[in-house]
Amino acid sequence: MTDPLLEAIGVTKDLGSGAARVAALRGVSLSLGGGELTLLMGPSGSGKTTLLSILGCMLSPTEGTVRICRQPTAGADPEELARLRREHVGFVFQSFHLFPTLSASDNVRLALDVRGEPARAARARSRDALARVGLAHKTKAYPRELSGGEQQRVAIARAIVADPAIILADEPTAALDGENGQAIMKLLAEVAREPGRAVLIVTHDPRLLPFADRVVHIEDGRIIGEERGKPQRNVLEDHA
Amino acid sequence: MPLVFTLALRNLFHDRLRFVATVIGIVFSIVLVTVQMGLYLGFGRMVTTMIDHASADLWVMPRGTKCFEDPSLLNTRERYRALAISGVADATPVVIGFADWRVAGGATTPVFIVGSDLRSGGLQPWNLVEGRIEALSTPKAVAVDRTYFDRLGVSGMGATAEIRQQPVRVAAVTSGIRSFTTTPFVFMDVDRARTHTGVPSGKATYLIVRLGADANLDHARRQLMSNIDGVEVLTPAEFRERSRSFWLFGTGAGAALFAGALLGVIVGTVVVAQTLYASTKEHLNEFATLRAMGSSRRYIYQVIIWQALLSAVIGFSIAVLIGDLIVRMTAESALPIVITPGLVGGLLVLTIIMCVGSSLAAIVQVTRIDPAMVFTR
Repeated sequence: MTDPLLEAIGVTKDLGSGAARVAALRGVSLSLGGGELTLLMGPSGSGKTTLLSILGCMLSPTEGTVRICRQPTAGADPEELARLRREHVGFVFQSFHLFPTLSASDNVRLALDVRGEPARAARARSRDALARVGLAHKTKAYPRELSGGEQQRVAIARAIVADPAIILADEPTAALDGENGQAIMKLLAEVAREPGRAVLIVTHDPRLLPFADRVVHIEDGRIIGEERGKPQRNVLEDHA
Repeated sequence: MPLVFTLALRNLFHDRLRFVATVIGIVFSIVLVTVQMGLYLGFGRMVTTMIDHASADLWVMPRGTKCFEDPSLLNTRERYRALAISGVADATPVVIGFADWRVAGGATTPVFIVGSDLRSGGLQPWNLVEGRIEALSTPKAVAVDRTYFDRLGVSGMGATAEIRQQPVRVAAVTSGIRSFTTTPFVFMDVDRARTHTGVPSGKATYLIVRLGADANLDHARRQLMSNIDGVEVLTPAEFRERSRSFWLFGTGAGAALFAGALLGVIVGTVVVAQTLYASTKEHLNEFATLRAMGSSRRYIYQVIIWQALLSAVIGFSIAVLIGDLIVRMTAESALPIVITPGLVGGLLVLTIIMCVGSSLAAIVQVTRIDPAMVFTR
């Protein structure tokens, strides 16, 4: 069995202090392997986003261990955590978070620019990434000129362009209509097919279940269950 | 074009109103500093205009003389002691002083008399536009600047007036010899200058010393100082510096100009800091996204600093154009604003420091950014 790409062991996270102290996560353990798309589902306030922030090296756990591509995050300072994100993680956000003043191509290139990739190579890779998400004809378009679905495709291109091992997506279809949401999920499922890549999607939308290889349920800061979803290949075929 | 630069540029132009406000702030600040420093330079040049135009290797003056306009006197017999020193080719007495100029109608106005031995060429009027230097050796002849015709109540060559009840006649006219005190200069022969200023015969304000071609300046200077009691011997550069220091710092005029310039810098810094801070706050979500994508803080600082530098260069360019216009407009005024290449270079550096310094508040704000905020916005 190969090592997990992302691993959380006994993670707890307390938010606030004093009387306002809240245990957002209580001993969460989770591992993500390559080639699978995992859904993290749970009601509002269940700790989904907190867990996503910790897995994405944006927050440090109060207790427990997180390893990202076998590198522990414990004791890492903010710059070290940023380096881990830069090297191993791609993000897709609910509200896209594209830069309104940059073209689609430049939005994607930004992910390579922060990694110090030379401009010429970065341009070529950005074009390739946009072609991969079906936006080869929109490279010069600005976010305001794109539909919501297209903006989310640009965001996915940005997340995958640097070829990170882990893609973390926070409610990636919440701002989209059903048709666009399905298209985005299909795209993310394709991204997750690669054996060296794990995709974790936080959602509470049951319509995404058919795309999952695995579903993890969280409630009150605890993992309360896990189930294997429909085989990915079949899902893709169903939606072809 | 580096993407970080593109991002900074687009951020800057994204909110055009704020960008215009930033540029106006920088332009206002830099024009204010330019005017203040240009006045400082212009004033500095005007207070030394006589020293600059004198044909002198050394100035001999009564000890303690503070500036060119200082009316302390020395004995002209010292001239012969000076001439006796090896290497001294000439020692020309100069007499200066204030006097009243009375026009035909009876009105008076103060003038500043500059008298020199016009044959030796120690301190002669320059920029002559009418008449000749030789004409000043004739009785009653004086040279005045055409800028002061109205003040002196004269219309040009041949006009007459009185100084200390002694008749004078305009025999030469200059252009652009202006006094920072706004008191008109009147050039004449040294002997008549004594008469008109009340300086006793045998006294002078300065001796302008010229050395022979092979003379050693330091040696001649030491000899002058040891052979003549109660005097100081300064090079033109030293005398220039002393006069400038007296008028600019001894009187507080320079401090006032610097205070104005400092005010400009403070205003500019506050305006730029405020707008950069507001711009950063508006783009905080984008900076958080960058941070979430794994960008280093340094990368984000680069965006902000590029924004500051772009603001600086654009604001500075406009300010320089306005400064150039002001220089042209004040060229003929009583106190022209002077802008030198050194001042322009210094102002560019100052603008950059001011703008980059202003970005500190924005940088501090970005330093505290929590990348996890991208999940909640």
